[in-house]
Amino acid sequence: MLVGVKLTAGAWVEPATTIDTKTGAWRSFKPVWSPEKCIKCYLCIDLCPEGAISALPLDEDGKKTGIQVDYDYCKGCGICAAECPTQSYEMVPEEK
Amino acid sequence: MTQPGSLKEGFIEPGKRLFAPGHRGCAGCGELLAARLVLEAAGPNTIVANNTGCLEVTTTPFPASSWGVPWVHSLFENAAAVASGIEAALIATGKREGINIIAQGGDGSTFDIGIGLISGMLERGHDILYICYDNEAYMNTGIQRSGATPTYASTTTSPSGKVSWGNTRPKKPMPEIMAAHGIPYSGTASVSYPRELLRKVRKALDIEGPKYLHIHVPCPTGWYCDSAESIKVGKLAVETALFPIYDIEDGVVTNVKRLKEIKPVTEYLKTQRRFAHMFKKEGGDEIISAIQAIADKNVERLGLKK
Repeated sequence: MLVGVKLTAGAWVEPATTIDTKTGAWRSFKPVWSPEKCIKCYLCIDLCPEGAISALPLDEDGKKTGIQVDYDYCKGCGICAAECPTQSYEMVPEEK
Repeated sequence: MTQPGSLKEGFIEPGKRLFAPGHRGCAGCGELLAARLVLEAAGPNTIVANNTGCLEVTTTPFPASSWGVPWVHSLFENAAAVASGIEAALIATGKREGINIIAQGGDGSTFDIGIGLISGMLERGHDILYICYDNEAYMNTGIQRSGATPTYASTTTSPSGKVSWGNTRPKKPMPEIMAAHGIPYSGTASVSYPRELLRKVRKALDIEGPKYLHIHVPCPTGWYCDSAESIKVGKLAVETALFPIYDIEDGVVTNVKRLKEIKPVTEYLKTQRRFAHMFKKEGGDEIISAIQAIADKNVERLGLKK
C-alpha cells in the first residue's frame, strides 16, 4: 500500500483521497429508496454520515425530483430509513 | 452566500463533497456526520487543525485523507496552538482576509488533554473557531471515560458491576469554562438538529475573535445503541434536558432551545446499554433519580421549559 508514497518531514497526502476506498463493502443492510412516498425534504441528505445520499437534478420546471444513494460508500447504518418522515426507505438484507 | 453542501444549492454530485466519503468512521457515526456538516457550513476557504482522536484517525488513514481543505494534525492536545500559529502566519504574510480557521477535537482532547492549549488560544484572542465533538468518552482507544462522560455511564475504565454504578464524577461544564474566558461566543449544538448546527457554525464564523462550539455527537459503538438510532438518541438527550442547547454571547446566556415538553430521563437512558445497569440492579431507581436531578437543574438554570 505504501509503495510509491514519498515520505516527507511530516507526512502529507493529497486532499479528499479516501474516496478511493469503497466503504460500501461494509454494508449488511441496504437502504432502498422509493419515490412514491418521498416529499423531497432532503433530511436524509443532511443526516447521512457518509455523505452518500445526494439530490437528483431538478426537472425542467425547477422542481425537486428525488434523491440517489451512492452504494459505493453507503455503510448501511440505517439512519436514512429511521429518520425519514414518510418511511420512503426500506432496509433490505444485502445478498452476497 | 450558499456554501457547497447546503440544501439551497441542491444537487451535489457524489464525490464532489468537501468532506470525501470513504472515511473509516463506524456506520452511524455522529461525529463524522457533524464534521461533514461543519465543513460544508464553513466552505472551501477553511483551514482545519485537528487534535488526535476518532475524527483524526478515521478521516486520515495514511496515505489518504477525507479533507478537501488544508488540514493538519500534529499531536493529541495542540490543535488550538497549531491553529494559533496558522493565524499568526497568515497575518504575517498578509493572507488572513476571507479565511476561516477551525481548530477541532473530540471530548478527550478538549476536556482533558488539550484544555490548557485551548485556554491559551482563547486568552490570546485569536480569531479562531474551536469545535469540540463530544461523544462522551475516548472512543478511539476503546471507550475509556473522559471529563465529558456523563454521571453513572459505564465505560471500560469506569465499568458498572456488583458495586460500581459506572462513572461517578459529573460532566465538566465546558461551555461555561470557555465562556469564562470572556470570549464573544460559546455555544452548544447537537448533530441531531443538522440545520440548526449549520446555522450555528456560520454564526460563529461570522463573529470576530475566539469562539467555542460544543457539538453533542452520538456514538453507536461506545454508547451501545443501534447505528440507525444515533440521531434519535441525540434528540432524546436534548429533549430530556441532559444536553441543553444554548449560546453564551459575551457572558450572557442567549438562544436557549426551549422545549414544550421535557421528557423523563429514562427515555434517553433506556436507549443505550452504557446505562443499562441502572435498570437491572437493585438501587437503580436512586441512580436514575440522581440523573433526573441533573436534568431538572439544567431546566431551572437555563429556563428550558417553554
